Amino acid sequence: MKTYVNPVYSYTRPAELDRSGARRPVLIVGAGPVGLAAAIDLGQRGVPVLVVDDDHTVSVGSRAICYAKRALEILDRLGCGQQVVDKGIGWNVGKVFFRDELVYRFDLLPEPGHRRPAFVNLQQYWFEQYLVERAQQIPGVELRWDSRVVGVAPREDNVDVTVATVDGDYTICCDWLIAADGSRSAVRKMLGVEWEGQVFRDRFLIADIHMTSDFPTERWFWFDPPFHPNQSTLLHRQADDVWRIDFQLGWNADPEEEKKPERIMPRLRAMLGESAKFDIEWASVYTFACRRMQRFRHGRVIFAGDAAHVVSPFGARGANSGIQDVDNLVWKLDLVLKGLAPDALLDSYDFERTHAADENILNSTRATDFITPKSNASRTFRDAVLALAKHHPFARKLVNSGRLSVPAVLFDSPLNTPDRDPDFASGPGAMVPGAPAADAPIEGPDGDWLLDSLGGDFVLLDFGTTVPMREVAALAAGANRCRVVHVGPASQGGITLEDVRGLAAARYDARPGTVYLVRPDQHICARWRAFDPKAVRAAIARATCNA
Amino acid sequence: MATLNTEPNLAAPDDFYEQLIATHRGLSDEESAVLNAKLVLLLANHIGDPDVLAQAMAVARQGVADEKGGAAV
Repeated sequence: MKTYVNPVYSYTRPAELDRSGARRPVLIVGAGPVGLAAAIDLGQRGVPVLVVDDDHTVSVGSRAICYAKRALEILDRLGCGQQVVDKGIGWNVGKVFFRDELVYRFDLLPEPGHRRPAFVNLQQYWFEQYLVERAQQIPGVELRWDSRVVGVAPREDNVDVTVATVDGDYTICCDWLIAADGSRSAVRKMLGVEWEGQVFRDRFLIADIHMTSDFPTERWFWFDPPFHPNQSTLLHRQADDVWRIDFQLGWNADPEEEKKPERIMPRLRAMLGESAKFDIEWASVYTFACRRMQRFRHGRVIFAGDAAHVVSPFGARGANSGIQDVDNLVWKLDLVLKGLAPDALLDSYDFERTHAADENILNSTRATDFITPKSNASRTFRDAVLALAKHHPFARKLVNSGRLSVPAVLFDSPLNTPDRDPDFASGPGAMVPGAPAADAPIEGPDGDWLLDSLGGDFVLLDFGTTVPMREVAALAAGANRCRVVHVGPASQGGITLEDVRGLAAARYDARPGTVYLVRPDQHICARWRAFDPKAVRAAIARATCNA
Repeated sequence: MATLNTEPNLAAPDDFYEQLIATHRGLSDEESAVLNAKLVLLLANHIGDPDVLAQAMAVARQGVADEKGGAAV
């Protein structure tokens, strides 16, 4: 590769090889996006964490490249969102072509007043490098490279993990093990846990090329283009003038042959023209599956990211859902470790994130069925949809080149307190219990965006500053600390935000007196038209399994 | 729940039928399949009601490929 040199993270001989080490609260297997995000989140909460990875560098090849708005907001909380956004390529617009005609254009973020775009494209190696750098800044986070997990012995109260290094094996005891070791998870195999799902009989070629071009920064998807007949092609721009081109090849393609430059170049020439100047950075041929583990929590071993669930790449629902797994898991694990919540709270991770995985698998499977029709009838309908889409708006809604990642709404979560005030908005995008908190431009002490003021604690969002000062102090002093954030007139207790454009009140369907209880992962868990201290305490207890 | 109307609803059934067949005139089997697919999509969008559409799909599937049980899918 011309544009990136993989860093080498050095292995150091661990002390445990010479004497048995202390028990660790959390051990994470895998230093990919998910494991690193979990380490940073735990570290920021003051939980010492050890990460082991069987390699000594970041991703080889660009792999996951599309990071969605919600993942970027989570990264903001983890202290590396800005780096990813600065280096990456933001985009909101996608175009779909059928043969040589544009049939459909979509804008994923049509309204202004959001800090982050719908998507940022960035090669996974950059993404991981920023996370490694951030993790290294946090005291209590230790990363161990060239350290391969070869044994996992789960017990009632702890897990013994055996790690192999060039100097020999050692065993570490931890309270909790997070398995973030990817789709071929060694931990999953060692536990002997099967996972089920659907394997798709199709092959795709990824070619990353380095090219200076004035193509717009948009996602372009072609069905049956003249340069690649009967198959689909996807184009994404990445950082450093690197472009990702995804060619559907069909099931009968030979993966070894198709990886060769002499096979790839004619495909690229046909697409980009004879005069285009480019170099191949990286190429890979892949197949994919949609499947998940039945349970993500196995006692004290908790699975996250690709280790727990995988989807097809159409929709960018892999890494983005893994980051959301972390967001969901870490605050719960932190409360359990601090003795502020029973370990049953971790079952809600399983409940909420298996639901999210099902949603991702459903969307991904539907997109795959559209892109890779499995019968003549399916293909006929697909082509009919595309033919109609050019002139008839209704058909554009049926075109499915990937339903792009949006955060799961945790509708039926046992941590939610159902609405008792009947007049709240509840349609799509409404801040119903379970919804991810919407961002909005504000003016406040922690910057210009609402989500930055929410941070990673329980927050009571107080529209109109109606929560009395003594209650602000009482909530802050409770076992499960809850900060009050006022939107509106200043108060002496808690911080105050000014809703400069009225968008916070609009997005939260708020009137003076409306209060929202927001979880540490910035999902709404309760809302009321008037502050009621008893109800707020009960909702916090419910959201922490302390009810 | 809205119910699929399978009682006579076409004012001039013979006219409709003639028009339907005429629409396919001169087409290959493959082209006819495309036309039918477009027609289904247009009409489905016009109807809109998911219950009615589900009932229509179930009725259409009845008696086709009986060995598979004829289940609506």
